[in-house]
Amino acid sequence: MRHLLSTEGLDAATATSVLDTADTLKQTLLGREVKKLPTLRGRTVVTLFYENSTRTRVSFEVAGKWMSADVINVSASSSSVNKGESLRDTALTLAAAGADCVIMRHPASGAAHRLAGWLDEVGTQVVNAGDGMHEHPTQALLDAATLRERLGELAGRRIAIVGDLLHSRVARSNVHLLRTLGAEVVLVAPPTLVPAGADQWGAEVRHDLDPELPKLDAVMMLRVQAERMHGGFFPSAREYSIAYGLNQARLDKLPEHAVVLHPGPMLRGMEIAPAVADSPRAAITQQVSNGVHVRMAVLYHLLAGEELSA
Amino acid sequence: MSRLLLKDVRPYGEGDPVDVLVVGEAIAEIGANLEVDADEIVHAGGAVLLPGFVDLHTHLREPGREDAETVETGSAAAALGGYTAVFAMANTDPVADNAVIVEHVWRRGREVGLVDVHPVGAVTVGLKGEKLAELGTMRRSAAEVRIFSDDGHCVHDPLIMRRALEYTKSFGGVVAQHAEEPRLTVGAQAHEGANAARLGLAGWPAPAEEAIVARDCLLAGHTGGTLHICHVSTSGTADILRWWKSRKTAGSVSAEVTPHHLLLTDDRLETYDPVNKVNPPLRTDADVMALREALADGTVDCVATDHAPHAAQDKDCEWAAAKPGMLGLQTALGIVVRTMVRPGLLDWRGVARVMSERPAEIAGLADQGRPVAAGEPANLVLVDPDAEWTVRGAELASLGENSPFDGMQLPGRVVATLLRGRLTAHEGKVRR
Repeated sequence: MRHLLSTEGLDAATATSVLDTADTLKQTLLGREVKKLPTLRGRTVVTLFYENSTRTRVSFEVAGKWMSADVINVSASSSSVNKGESLRDTALTLAAAGADCVIMRHPASGAAHRLAGWLDEVGTQVVNAGDGMHEHPTQALLDAATLRERLGELAGRRIAIVGDLLHSRVARSNVHLLRTLGAEVVLVAPPTLVPAGADQWGAEVRHDLDPELPKLDAVMMLRVQAERMHGGFFPSAREYSIAYGLNQARLDKLPEHAVVLHPGPMLRGMEIAPAVADSPRAAITQQVSNGVHVRMAVLYHLLAGEELSA
Repeated sequence: MSRLLLKDVRPYGEGDPVDVLVVGEAIAEIGANLEVDADEIVHAGGAVLLPGFVDLHTHLREPGREDAETVETGSAAAALGGYTAVFAMANTDPVADNAVIVEHVWRRGREVGLVDVHPVGAVTVGLKGEKLAELGTMRRSAAEVRIFSDDGHCVHDPLIMRRALEYTKSFGGVVAQHAEEPRLTVGAQAHEGANAARLGLAGWPAPAEEAIVARDCLLAGHTGGTLHICHVSTSGTADILRWWKSRKTAGSVSAEVTPHHLLLTDDRLETYDPVNKVNPPLRTDADVMALREALADGTVDCVATDHAPHAAQDKDCEWAAAKPGMLGLQTALGIVVRTMVRPGLLDWRGVARVMSERPAEIAGLADQGRPVAAGEPANLVLVDPDAEWTVRGAELASLGENSPFDGMQLPGRVVATLLRGRLTAHEGKVRR
């Protein structure tokens, strides 16, 4: 395949190669006043966002610009989508206008796969920047990059993903990638937020966070996606916070080297205590920073270098 | 009167080939090597002769979405699929919840004349589940509506459902339920299970169907009404029906299964191609096997297509935006042969039972699903049991091309269909 649609099926060699490239790019740009590489000069990259986003869209835009690509941002609210244009027609329009790569966020699971199917014929590449509750592969790659920086190799590490697993594309992408890179994954959430069949993902499923903490090398907190919730998945924010929030007491139960991640945006006080989010143990701003380099690496592999396999 | 001779046919696939003489609208004579004059002779080469198929569950989209299907194109698909009667669901635009709309659909069916089109009336006004539609008026209309359904929506309010079952008793009406507890399927996109979870599609849990089926069986027993369960999709529903039918109680419950629920599973979700999106969703292999068994032992009474054509733009889009439904009329027989006949679960008498006789009984049709015998109405279908054919979505008669069976090879081909003694389809072509 010529697209990056998911981490499921992304082999370890390719994933490691992207992470290595991201690391190289980071080192190359470190301390440079002008962060600009000529690699994608003359290539046109379109970000097509059907959902609001700050960090992901900006991260991709910066990544493209640092690689000297022409980056065009299209948001659903200010385009023909607002006039009822179908996704297929929008995609074909962008391709006809010369887009080499479309980076799309969409509320529907599988939308990136459909987009890739339509654009395969014209040779435009697709990066999935988050599709519904399905996957967010570059988030998983930037999480892996951050964990590698903090922990070294991931093989044999034990990593917990905590919170709203049901609605989380970040969780799905991370489970696949972390397992591919050799980590043990434990999923922690109330039963109402564990999708049916999650026990077949190759990760352990637990409902009690506290016994897990001393065994972990990293804990990834997830955003509770209230906008996707139809009906009460848990009794109250307070109860959720008591059972699953990462507070100082829980932070203290983690091994000293363990890292805290959160894909953002964070619900401070509920999912994560402010002091934890701002502690040196948290790698949240590092995740954002690595996001740019990882996305540069993905664009490099798709548009300039070797092909990605998923 | 016209005289049509069917040469070398095997009624129900049994015995040596015989000839069947059709005079006017009825079978006049059956015998070996009939030496008779005929206006037309069909050389069948030993094809299986069955009563014409009756589909209790067809979407014809007229009025309102004539770009997806019309009574005319749907009738053509039905005739080519071996059907002599279809029941057109009420979820048109406007909804068939009054005598004017049902008479329009019925009249269009008569004008086209390829298949008997029986409109289904909505149970509630606008399919909203709040207020009973004028069921008796639709019954007394020219369309003589007997089956009522909010299909596409569940009559989820138990009191409205009770009243519908009670009210329709007075004129022998049937309430056909789309069993889906709406509170358990908010945002649902696919069968709730491992595949949907992995692909990030909101789940449609099996108990959402089973809870309504169980409730409505109890209501049918309590009221003495006549209930028909549409498109059964789970093994749990089969268990509930088996339990209910084992009891001696008042009321009547029948059920249908679609061809696609007899063959396809939620493994088809993998590509996110909405051609596989249907409501209720494709389920698991265990469900498929349970449904085949339930159809074979009579727990599920019949096969109904849920033929649901859609315009290209309503399917060539992202999964969540796509409309649920798939074509079914021209592929139903092939799938029944593949899933039920070839594995030995049904013989040709069984096919006649589940595709013609039981649906005709459930719908109260006097002239359909009748035995292949002299003096009976000549509503018939001729099937070549050995023919293998490849489905080509674009070549099907429906306006929509949304067939998940596109490119699939199916056994058993309709050679000819006769409606009241007249060929409506022969050798893959519609006869008008």
